Amino acid sequence: MNNPQLNKNGELQHLLSTEGLPARILFEILDRAAGFIEGAAGNEIKKVPLLAGKSVFNLFFENSTRTRTTFEIAAKRLSADVINLNIGSSSTSKGETLLDTVDNLCAMHADMFIVRHAQSGAAHLIAKHVAPNIHVINAGDGRHAHPTQALLDMYTIRHYKREFHNLRVAIVGDVLHSRVARSQIHALTTLGVPELRVVAPKTLLPTDVGKLGVHVYHDMAQGLQDVDVVMMLRLQNERMQGALLPSAQEYFKYYGLTQDKLAQARPDAIVMHPGPMNRGVEIDSSVADGSHSVILPQVTFGIAVRMAVMSLLAGK
Amino acid sequence: MRIHIKNGHLIDPRNGIDAQQDLYIASGRVVAVGTAPGGFVANQVIDASGLTVVPGLIDLAARLREPGYEYRATLESEMDAAVAGGITSLACPPDTDPPLDEPGLVEMLKHRARQLNQAHLYPVGALTHGLKGGELTEMAELTDAGCIAFSQADAPLTDTRVLMRAMQYAATFGYSVWLRPQDSFLAKDGVAHDGEVATRLGLPAIPVCAETIALSTMLRLARETGARLHICRISSAEGVDMIRAAKREGLALSCDVSMNHTHLSEMDIGFFDANCHLVPPLRSLRDREALRAGLLDGTIDALCSNHSPVDEDAKQLPFAEAEVGATGVELLLPLLLKWAEQAKLPLADALTKLTTRPARILGLDAGHLAVGVAADICIFDAQHYWKVEPAALKSQGKNTPFLGMELRGKVRYTLVNGQVVYKSA
Repeated sequence: MNNPQLNKNGELQHLLSTEGLPARILFEILDRAAGFIEGAAGNEIKKVPLLAGKSVFNLFFENSTRTRTTFEIAAKRLSADVINLNIGSSSTSKGETLLDTVDNLCAMHADMFIVRHAQSGAAHLIAKHVAPNIHVINAGDGRHAHPTQALLDMYTIRHYKREFHNLRVAIVGDVLHSRVARSQIHALTTLGVPELRVVAPKTLLPTDVGKLGVHVYHDMAQGLQDVDVVMMLRLQNERMQGALLPSAQEYFKYYGLTQDKLAQARPDAIVMHPGPMNRGVEIDSSVADGSHSVILPQVTFGIAVRMAVMSLLAGK
Repeated sequence: MRIHIKNGHLIDPRNGIDAQQDLYIASGRVVAVGTAPGGFVANQVIDASGLTVVPGLIDLAARLREPGYEYRATLESEMDAAVAGGITSLACPPDTDPPLDEPGLVEMLKHRARQLNQAHLYPVGALTHGLKGGELTEMAELTDAGCIAFSQADAPLTDTRVLMRAMQYAATFGYSVWLRPQDSFLAKDGVAHDGEVATRLGLPAIPVCAETIALSTMLRLARETGARLHICRISSAEGVDMIRAAKREGLALSCDVSMNHTHLSEMDIGFFDANCHLVPPLRSLRDREALRAGLLDGTIDALCSNHSPVDEDAKQLPFAEAEVGATGVELLLPLLLKWAEQAKLPLADALTKLTTRPARILGLDAGHLAVGVAADICIFDAQHYWKVEPAALKSQGKNTPFLGMELRGKVRYTLVNGQVVYKSA
């Protein structure tokens, strides 16, 4: 089966998932992002003309503030023209299909689509449909993938830990519904993390998750034992309403990250979260704002990583 | 009309024929096998040299989309496709719009099919009114109108008391109840097998226990009520085991599997191929092997196309939103040949899955070519390879997981009641 993300020369054509991407491409993105950050004046990444004259369409079929904004900032720093479309409230509600919307935007000379959609596989569908000169970046599709989030997480880990090959990493929380977790798992295994754990109750883990190359823990203290990196996942409120979990309180007691539980990890462990956080549900405020937390740097690195992805796709 | 089919290799599993033999047809029936009856003068001679002559195929599940879904396909287009696939009898599920729950609808469908004068059409009536799982349909009236069995198609029947009553009532008259086992709570929102691929792709999943729990209820109720039960589209290894055990206990039970599930698994979904969005979901490789083994040892009686034409636009959507189904009638014979070859099964044995066994399930004297039976015949070139592509398909549905694949076996002639209803160009 052809990897739909790579062109016939093995170069990145679309960024749809971290699955199936060779380590050399992941490192290329991280190195490129580092270049943008090192070139920054203070905290401000300089504006560069790499995407001047290109049109980047933020095509969000699902609401998002943070991801859309960081993509927008990243595109603007690359001097691209950015068009934000909140499709959720326009075309599809008038009955237009996903691909009709895309065709119309292609006719407006789009160069790049940044797509978020509630259905797994939506970005793949668009990537398969568009002309070869158009690039698609998946900004989150259903439960499937959120590759730029995973890449900024990899950047963060590399920034603080330097190497991947000697790390013990735990991903904690709602893996079942999480596109972030899936993308993190593929990226971490590709980059050579030797021990990757997931920690969650059985109702929040997909079937055969072990086949993705992770060790499964249901006890958080054991799962966090001696880890270098703790990656928390967001627990959406609606998960409390079904039969997945009895209550937010019980979840926090057993799977919320507190100082006590974090004490099981290595003393220099870092704590990450893709945001937005539910304080007091999956993470205690004292940890979120504490000395191990690298949650805000994650957001900052996200801009550079997204710049790196966009410029790489544009061949610049 | 008198037809002489000469020089073909005749395979008639029920009558133990697997040799070069001629067939003689008059007034719509087989009048002789081997040597011509005295004074037989043919109006038409079909030279079947190098071709295989078999009883017309019987498909237990082909959706023709009428009434109600004519934008997907019409009776004309799909009956054309069926005979192009060598199918001379087909059963159609009741999930039309409106569902086949009124004798008038069934009569209309039968009438339309008769006018087309192609394959024999056997409607399966709705088991409950509107397929809603609440009230029983007028099964006796529907039978008089032409229904050969009763089913919920893919619609849920969650109330087990209604299911029990429906089976009791059907058993009263000796009608067959055709059910696809799926617990609707466990399957809720699911679009793929609960396994490795759904986990990787983040697709809402349907566990195997959705099938086995429903199957267990159905088997228990069949024992309880004495209803003749036919299990449709079995999909899992555990399900096959349960049917094998129930048959061993002597339960009056039959079972079919779709050709898609006999050849494909969850792996074929690849990167969200919506053509693989099927019901039931494509399961694991292990399940597929168990289905093939079940077909081989007779636990599974029949292979069916589960033909469900879908219009192109409805597949151009993210996997979960894409319409369920695949076109199938024109691939049924090639996929049987492929299975037979892979299973190293003589063609005569494999053909029972599309002839004698489904005929028995439908209660028809069909699926064989003894003197006196209706001359429903399929003549095909077993060595002809062709590529599955939209232009090669007569069905209005062009979607199938097999698109782009090269398959072996092409129908040359199809006869229904001794008339050539299809001849390949």
